[in-house]
Amino acid sequence: MTALLEVTDMTKVFGGVRAVDGCSFTVEPHTVTALIGPNGSGKTTLFNMVTGYLGPDSGRVRFAGQDVTGVDAGTLYRRGLSRTFQQARVIPQLSVLENLVAAGGYSWRQLLTTRRVGRADRDRAGQLLEEFRLSHVADLLASELSYGQRKLLEFAAVLMSDPTLVLLDEPTAGVNPVMIDTMERHIRERHEAGITFLIVEHDMSFVMRLCDPVIVLDQGKRIFSGVPSEVQANALVLDAYLGS
Amino acid sequence: MTRLRGAGPIAFFAVLASLPSFNLAHWTINLLIFTLMFAVMSSAWNLVGGFAGYPSLGHAAFFGIGAYAEALWFSHHPVSSGYEPFLLLPAIGLLAVVIGLPVGAVAMRTRTDVFAIVTITLLFVVQGLAFNLHGITGGSQGLAIPPAPFPAATYDRPFYYVLVGLLALAMAVTFAAMRSKVGLSLAALRGDEDKARGIGIRVTGVKLLAFAVSVGLTAMVGAVWAYYEGFIYPQFAVDPLITIAMVLMTFLGGRATLWGPVLGAFILESAQQYLAYQLGGSQVYLIAYALVFLLIMLLLPRGILPTVQDQIRRRRRRQALDSGSPTLTQPANAAATAGGGQA
Repeated sequence: MTALLEVTDMTKVFGGVRAVDGCSFTVEPHTVTALIGPNGSGKTTLFNMVTGYLGPDSGRVRFAGQDVTGVDAGTLYRRGLSRTFQQARVIPQLSVLENLVAAGGYSWRQLLTTRRVGRADRDRAGQLLEEFRLSHVADLLASELSYGQRKLLEFAAVLMSDPTLVLLDEPTAGVNPVMIDTMERHIRERHEAGITFLIVEHDMSFVMRLCDPVIVLDQGKRIFSGVPSEVQANALVLDAYLGS
Repeated sequence: MTRLRGAGPIAFFAVLASLPSFNLAHWTINLLIFTLMFAVMSSAWNLVGGFAGYPSLGHAAFFGIGAYAEALWFSHHPVSSGYEPFLLLPAIGLLAVVIGLPVGAVAMRTRTDVFAIVTITLLFVVQGLAFNLHGITGGSQGLAIPPAPFPAATYDRPFYYVLVGLLALAMAVTFAAMRSKVGLSLAALRGDEDKARGIGIRVTGVKLLAFAVSVGLTAMVGAVWAYYEGFIYPQFAVDPLITIAMVLMTFLGGRATLWGPVLGAFILESAQQYLAYQLGGSQVYLIAYALVFLLIMLLLPRGILPTVQDQIRRRRRRQALDSGSPTLTQPANAAATAGGGQA
């Protein structure tokens, strides 16, 4: 089976810092792959390069068999590569429903000829709202939601375009334990429905429960990739986290 | 509900269209013409500054481009019936779009305050060109357009009706944008442009579209103005005060609303003229004008319409809470679709 996402020899330098330094890894289809590493190991930079937010200094990204290096974020999204942000970014002054509808990934023809929120959009978004238990707040402004609800909304929104690969940047950061379970359940459900995930996460028990395989970064390089049970035993990984 | 919504604009434009038949005093029609010019330009500015959230200070450059295009054409072509200059308007709008697209593509790589500075620079560049390209613009001596051969008693009317038409066009474009997914895309990019990019919104495309349409409308007003004035000079054709007026009127009435810029134009333009009339030729009227503006900003900082909409919404929600009705969240939706939300 060919990899869904293939990152080869990625490098990004900010001034004197090699944030990502010749990093390569793959994400196989139908996996929930974790990307972990200590703070500053280059996870978010890598995310930004893979999703078209940041041009790499060198290296290639292939997604679903095509070279997508340097392709812009919107195009990638419409092709099925979605992401969320660490800080639960939603459009604050739009309603919850509009936040979903906005993320539909439309063609120019649809933009110019269809209603802002049409009946079909309402149905489609309604299903997601129900799945994520947000129906009762559908007409509130996104800025009025709690942080946990915003995380759910952001996750739900990127599903509007029927993505094949979803990159989640710390889905459990800053949310309460109940919400962590909720998030986990949604990821599992969507995974069973065929979506591949790549997750940056610091909550190790969450990673160990949910993800396989696990990729570990340190100082911009991949130092490990394999099954979760081996991660904790790996000397390099322990070194990276605890220092030698 | 739908019928009611259509009634407002129809009544508004019916009143506008019938006003000249009341034989209003010349100064009243004159005031209305300038009010309409600013209503169209504020509505146009609102597409970029309101909906897209890009505070352009360079729109007067396109007003000037429209004015000069009109004047240049008719310094080489005769005016016989008097209506030819109006027929040129679509071409002038298109010219501004063609110039505006590359300008917008460069300027819109910056945002917020930097964008404002880049665009105001554009204004001064165009003004500098108007002053210095003597061969084309006549430099500080300006250009003249032959006066229209309209009868003196109803001389203003064609200008007036053309501007009513342009206002209808500007508002129709605004309404169409708000109702379509273009409006939703603009609202999303105004809220968080980087996030909007990541959810597949055609950020560059829709903001350039808004910019192009906006400067096209502005240039058409510039052309009408040039024809109405008969003479154009660089310092008035490319005037920072015109830019400022568009911004102030839109802020006053309410950004990213359909009626806000129009309301703002009617209030500010008539207040300015009235105060100038009451307080005489001294500059005291400008102080009074500023005072009016400061008061409104103090009491309604987000503009008139968004503040009012917000209060209605809050009251409805309180009522819904009191009665325990399940339609608790309805007003939020109404406000969001009517106003496109508030930045």
